[in-house]
Amino acid sequence: MFALVHLVPGDPVRLALGTRFSQETYDALRERSGLDRPLVEQFFTWFARALGGDLGVSFRSGDTVTSLIAERLPATLTLAFASILVALVIAIPLGTLSALRPRSVVDRVATVLSQIGISVPDFWMAIVLILVFAGTLGWLPTGGYVPLSEDPGGWLARLVMPAVVTGVVSGSVITRFVRSSVLEALGADHVRTAQAKGLPTRQVFTWHVVRNALLPLVTVTGVQLAYLLSGVVVVEIVFSWPGLGQLALQSVEARDYPVLQGAILLFALVFLVINLVVDLLYTAIDPRIRR
Amino acid sequence: MTAPVLEVSDLRVRLRTPRGPADVVNGLSYTVGPGETVAVVGESGSGKSVSVLALLGLLPARVATVSGRALLQGEDLLTMKPERLRQVRGPGAGMVFQDPMTSLNPVLTIGRQLIEGIRAHGDVDKAAARRRAADLLGEVGLPDPERALDRYPHELSGGMRQRVVIAIALSNSPALLIADEATTALDVTVQAQIIDLVEKLQAERGTGVIWITHDLGVVAGIADRVLVMYGGRCVEDGTVDDVLERPAHPYTRGLLGALPDLAEPVDGVVPDLATVPGTPPPPTDLPKGCVFWPRCPVRGDARCEHEQPPLAVIGSAAATLPHRAATWCTEGPEGGRAG
Amino acid sequence: MTSQPGPAASSAPKPTAPLKPARPRWRETLGLLLRNPTAAVAAALLLGVILVAILDETLAPTGPNEIDVDERLQPPSGEHLFGTDDLGRDIFSRVILGAAVSLRVGLFAVGIALVIGSAIGLLAGYYGRWVDDVLMRFMDMLFAFPAVLLAIAVLAVRGPGSGNTALAIGIVYIPIFARVTRASVLGVREEVYVRASRSVGASDFRILTRHVLPNAAPPIIVQASISLAFAVLAEAALSFLGLGTQPPNPSWGLMLAEGRGYLQIAWWLAFFPGMAIFLTVLCFNLLGDGLRDVLDPRQRTLMGAASGAAPAGSEEGGDR
Repeated sequence: MFALVHLVPGDPVRLALGTRFSQETYDALRERSGLDRPLVEQFFTWFARALGGDLGVSFRSGDTVTSLIAERLPATLTLAFASILVALVIAIPLGTLSALRPRSVVDRVATVLSQIGISVPDFWMAIVLILVFAGTLGWLPTGGYVPLSEDPGGWLARLVMPAVVTGVVSGSVITRFVRSSVLEALGADHVRTAQAKGLPTRQVFTWHVVRNALLPLVTVTGVQLAYLLSGVVVVEIVFSWPGLGQLALQSVEARDYPVLQGAILLFALVFLVINLVVDLLYTAIDPRIRR
Repeated sequence: MTAPVLEVSDLRVRLRTPRGPADVVNGLSYTVGPGETVAVVGESGSGKSVSVLALLGLLPARVATVSGRALLQGEDLLTMKPERLRQVRGPGAGMVFQDPMTSLNPVLTIGRQLIEGIRAHGDVDKAAARRRAADLLGEVGLPDPERALDRYPHELSGGMRQRVVIAIALSNSPALLIADEATTALDVTVQAQIIDLVEKLQAERGTGVIWITHDLGVVAGIADRVLVMYGGRCVEDGTVDDVLERPAHPYTRGLLGALPDLAEPVDGVVPDLATVPGTPPPPTDLPKGCVFWPRCPVRGDARCEHEQPPLAVIGSAAATLPHRAATWCTEGPEGGRAG
Repeated sequence: MTSQPGPAASSAPKPTAPLKPARPRWRETLGLLLRNPTAAVAAALLLGVILVAILDETLAPTGPNEIDVDERLQPPSGEHLFGTDDLGRDIFSRVILGAAVSLRVGLFAVGIALVIGSAIGLLAGYYGRWVDDVLMRFMDMLFAFPAVLLAIAVLAVRGPGSGNTALAIGIVYIPIFARVTRASVLGVREEVYVRASRSVGASDFRILTRHVLPNAAPPIIVQASISLAFAVLAEAALSFLGLGTQPPNPSWGLMLAEGRGYLQIAWWLAFFPGMAIFLTVLCFNLLGDGLRDVLDPRQRTLMGAASGAAPAGSEEGGDR
């Protein structure tokens, strides 16, 4: 990853300094940033510092990378969790309903809706929503972000559209998984055993179908959450949402290596943490994994 | 004669499949008396499993159309209200399925799976249900039943799991026990243990048993009566002795010929019916005449091809349990063209 | 990680299975596919899009970059079907030419991912052991990286443009194809016909190309169709960010970005290219679904098996 970042052509020092600068300032900044040393050495210096929580300083703004990331983190976390909430609220009932009546009208409608949700470009949906709700109707602001603590109403108003856009896309993916995992759980032999015992339908459904369909749902929700925490660059741009995706894009454009490296490190960390949480949840749900 | 536990008449099941309607069970009639074991034999695809699933309403309603009559202790299962049917599942009829690896819920403890069945049929408090569950596990021969309650299915061997499934099926003392290929997935030694167990419990409780299998060795060991199914029809039924020793239908004879130790020389000639060649007809496209016609080694005239043979009594009609077969082939088992 | 052929065990040869399954019968596949109305409509629409993309210049009423300042921001009319943009360019013509760009990038991207990814998956699945470990671990790393960022990073290294966009998207999808291929190879590796070829001394290359690949192909084909959908979407997103296709070339994503500023006064600038992306992606997805239903036997029987009562004989019955 480090190598990839440094493959990005363009001289960050030149970009940081603008068009007018003396050779001395250039050399000084280059030396201060450690860019004059060999790449391998740069990597180990960076890695050693990163272990200590020091991710370096942005070439562009001079702020520490940790502070830049910390600044963006609340917005990203807010959006990601709001989106996954929207996604699950859509996906669980819709997927379950269509699995219960495969090939029925409900199922066909749900299938078409989720296909549409997967196929619609998120940034286009964002633009259309802005046009309708911020433009024509004027109900919601076009974008931006305010912390919850400062203005709860404004926070919610600005969160709704981006959360719906990303939530609908993720929700469509999850709906399909819910449908197939509930369908699979319904077809399992043990469901027949439960019915043959004479359990009430509700009990069969809750304990022998839903309970078992949870496993794949946990996995796919984890994957979607990881994606939401790192991959919603385009939606962040459209809604001027000051998240990590925006920061990463800006740092690619500005060749701001330390920031880009920091962001990528964080994404890797997020990925690891989510995998860990998914594993833990699995252990809680599935006794076969317990030792 | 005591009243039968189960009386099935003209049971028909039609399934909706992507390839069109499939007639999986076509007019099946039989009775099971208390303490009696009826073995239903046939290849996979002969409709034997579907026929019992249909009895308990375990086929999905949107796919299956079931008609006929099935009186369980005098009450028709096929016209019952769903709630009544639920109440009958368990105390009326218990069911043991083929694969003990999949017929228990992997994420719930064995105790839970037993207790929920017990508590679904009567006002039993948790502690009493737990005691009863432990007793049941003891009865089916699980070592240390108290501890087994807190175990998960994957912690037990296949044979032990099948004992658990049997305990669940018996937990509400059903009048009828349906075992659908209950020993097929098990080792031979375990198979024998399970069969002994069911026989023992049956003797103690007077339960009627339907034992579905394709294993004629098992049939010989356990059944009082045998019903041979092919293409969704009963092609032959009668007492174990009648059917296994004096098979009348070419299909039954083929099945018996397929058994290594039963393939003894007939009239000094070893029958070359080592297996029954071919596969059962697809239920979406059953033959017009005798269902067995396309595979029959002794098929004869046009009647076999175009006319369905009725289930007719062979031998002594005066016997309490008549031996019947549905075939136009009237020669005796030792007769002419077979072989 | 489970490098041992765990999944293969489940597909141990059944005694009744024919020695070698028939190759996918294309005519039958196509027939089954077209019987599914959604898939048939999707296929027809895609055929239309492809035709439009091939005929681009001939179909477009005006040149895509023909600027006509007098005709700026005209709403849709008989003369300009989809209206004109801020430079007076005909949006209908630009959408048509955008189809060519989108499809070309999509096809190249999926082509790259398919060839490299399948090769990796094939080797990993067939040879197993350390080959599998090394290759798949590397794929996992690539997969762990956020897709959009990976593409952005590749574009940052290589510079923007259509060709590099295809490359970037292709790289992102390599691990997916590797995984799908590996899983499907593991499924057929231990089949009787593969072991039979091995026992008569066929070379690995021959076994791989003649036996393993054709029989492992269906899931890969399904994946390709679905990936095309995502590739078109990704190209649009990257162009929207200004990293993909560069102006003045018409690309749907780019047109959307350009139209964003005129939302209030000229909605058609963003609407038509968005619609074009949406419909194309939807068709690829629907086609992928249709293909899955037809090609993936597990899915095919699922409809019957889910009822718990699919007559076992019926499936073989038709094949004999």
